[in-house]
Amino acid sequence: MSKTMTGAEMVVQALQDQGVTHLFGYPGGAVLPIYDALFHQTKIQHVLVRHEQGAAHAAEGYARSSGKVGCLLVTSGPGATNAVTGLTDALMDSIPVVCITGQVPTHLIGSDAFQECDTVGITRHCTKHNYLVRKIEDLPRILHEAFYIARSGRPGPVVIDIPKDVQFASGIYQPPKNIQHKTYHPQIKGDLAKIKQALAMMAKAKKPIFYTGGGVINAGPAASTLLRELAAQTGFPVTSTLMGLGAYPATGRNWLGMLGMHGSYEANNAMHDCDLMIAVGARFDDRITGRLDAFAPYSKKIHIDIDPSSINKNVAVDLAIVGDCAHVLEDMVRLWRSESLSADKKSLADWWSQIDRWRARKSFAYRKSDKTIKPQYAVERLYELTKGRKTLITTEVGQHQMWAAQHFHFEEPNRWMTSGGLGTMGYGLPAAIGAQLANRDALVVDIAGEASILMNIQELSTAKQYRCPVKIFILNNEYMGMVRQWQELLHGGRYSSSYSEALPDFVKLAEAYGLKGMRCSNPADLDAAIQEMIDSPEGVVFDCIVDKAENCLPMIPSGKAHNEMILPDADEDIGNVIDDKGKMLV
Amino acid sequence: MNAQTPAALSPYSSSAGKASRTETHTLSVLVDNEPGVLARVVGLFSGRGYNIESLTVAEVAHAQALSRITIVTTGAPETIEQISHQLERIVPIHKVTDLSLLDGFLQRELAMIKVRGKGEARTEALRLGEAFRARVIDATTESFIFELTGAPKKIDDFVELMRPIGLVEVARTGVAAITRGPQGM
Ligand SMILES: Cc1ncc(C[n+]2csc(CCOP(=O)(O)OP(=O)(O)O)c2C)c(N)n1
Ligand SMILES: [Mg+2]
Repeated sequence: MSKTMTGAEMVVQALQDQGVTHLFGYPGGAVLPIYDALFHQTKIQHVLVRHEQGAAHAAEGYARSSGKVGCLLVTSGPGATNAVTGLTDALMDSIPVVCITGQVPTHLIGSDAFQECDTVGITRHCTKHNYLVRKIEDLPRILHEAFYIARSGRPGPVVIDIPKDVQFASGIYQPPKNIQHKTYHPQIKGDLAKIKQALAMMAKAKKPIFYTGGGVINAGPAASTLLRELAAQTGFPVTSTLMGLGAYPATGRNWLGMLGMHGSYEANNAMHDCDLMIAVGARFDDRITGRLDAFAPYSKKIHIDIDPSSINKNVAVDLAIVGDCAHVLEDMVRLWRSESLSADKKSLADWWSQIDRWRARKSFAYRKSDKTIKPQYAVERLYELTKGRKTLITTEVGQHQMWAAQHFHFEEPNRWMTSGGLGTMGYGLPAAIGAQLANRDALVVDIAGEASILMNIQELSTAKQYRCPVKIFILNNEYMGMVRQWQELLHGGRYSSSYSEALPDFVKLAEAYGLKGMRCSNPADLDAAIQEMIDSPEGVVFDCIVDKAENCLPMIPSGKAHNEMILPDADEDIGNVIDDKGKMLV
Repeated sequence: MNAQTPAALSPYSSSAGKASRTETHTLSVLVDNEPGVLARVVGLFSGRGYNIESLTVAEVAHAQALSRITIVTTGAPETIEQISHQLERIVPIHKVTDLSLLDGFLQRELAMIKVRGKGEARTEALRLGEAFRARVIDATTESFIFELTGAPKKIDDFVELMRPIGLVEVARTGVAAITRGPQGM
């Protein structure tokens, strides 16, 4: 139904029509008309964050945990620039987000007006697409297009910059029809001939492996179900990137654990030795491949991805199937069955016994202690004590993030939210709030580091205001642990500025924000403390004092290949492993 | 614009160890003629470190507001394939065609070349201009401006001939290109 309304009203109407339930935002002069329109309605809950970066990460957490588009609203100038880190994060991890920014009135654009910035210019490189709305007639179409682009194909963030005069202007609103976008039509179905070719390669493989990524999660829960089916049908081992955890269950028979820089020994060695790699919704990132000229040297590679530019970008593949993972996996499962294909069982059995020998190295093992809490132990206990409930985990960035990935095990997709591509410290708390608002029934825990959490600590106010009982589980090692570890590896243990000096008292800090604060430093008390945290109906900041010097292992040192991992028992000579060429890398 | 960074030596670089041939390709890109679209294209090249040898743009279908961008770029074949795919990701882009992969195409460029000289030099310039079918579009007693259309190589050659005679400056449009035969892009 078309109706006359103001630009600001159109924004709110379009968000409602697009099914937005929560809008993360922060007001300012250039978005006041939109805030006024929000005032007159109840369908969308506006969530007032305390910093626009928080709004972007909260929208990401909301999107990742719900599969819907996350939405934020910020003012011009500093509001928009503050959101840039979150937009870049969403771009790197392919998270569907729509960000509405206010802009100075059209006649002032380019005059260095108060709180003017070139938002479309600044965000061009960190969005999938962006718009400056110059006239009211374009607004309804752009609003709906933005949602279409954000969620279609390879998802990503879209910015709509709306000058204040356009918000006040009135025009005719158009509801979202089945939009036929002029140019943007990502390929959804995979080429059947190529899919059949892939299956033939799979039936012949002696050492196959599924290498899955965030694309499987983005393709919706059906893709995860289909991946499980295909793994069961073929009996092939499955590993996943950081972003893809949960697509295949960690308790599943074919699971090898995460691969990559801090992945498991069995996953990385299987990647190195495989003769057929089936990459599904993964992008051959440098954290995953290690040294490229030694990457899976004996393998044929099949790559399934919705983004043609991901194919052959870092690694040349033998067979590329462009399409949505869910659709391609569906065809694969169906054809594997209907063509009565079967794997080479004899070779597969040998492959699995090789994998079991690697697994026997127990690469995630660590030295237990009854004096200090080992960070791995803390994550392990958190996992054990939250098992069986709907638990969503977010993280900050650093060692704790990798320990969370290694020791917290995911059974379902959309339960794990972490900043993978950009590695943004400060992601976890706002993302937890977004995830909690999308999943009121879930236990949401941000596994944090004491340095990262301070980057968006102000969002504790948001958690309090909206009664989000998120649990901030800080693995407090009093170091920027990941930086300290690299300094130990590369710079002779000269810990330049990586000590977390002058930390706040996190218990008092929690209390200052009106939340519950807890501290635990004794392994013997840990279970009871974690249980108390879980049982608390409030938001909790849990200051878990852990071993300060623990390194995150195993590790593929920079510039090395998958089969050159440092294992936990080689902890001693960690300072000599990386050569000069490796030191240049990040 | 130069993208041959030392990163080619990095162990993370896909070209490490491989000596990939550098090729020159001409890409035709059909885009919606909307504000910012050129910035998106140019930004992609600078952001990802691709080379631009030449870039031209003009509206080609007013009713549909379509512009055609012609880009000449150099790189390894796999880099150029990446460039095409990365361009295709830009939302207002309709179509990307790598003309160099097709059977045949024509490219033309227009140049205006200012030459200064008297006496012998002047006649020599005129004589060469005729040989290249350059038109004289401005003349004073001590200068000429030639207008020359042709493939970039022809213009390069002409400019080199003018240099010793008294080349003052050159303005070039950059390359426009189109496939041979009856088919459109
Ligand atoms: C915004 C931002 N700045 C800097 C970095 C670089 N960085 C990566 S990990 C890290 C240290 C994180 O320390 P902490 O949160 O205490 O986690 P830990 O490694 O100790 O578990 C830093 C500074 C980053 N990833 N993000
Ligand atoms: Mg720390």
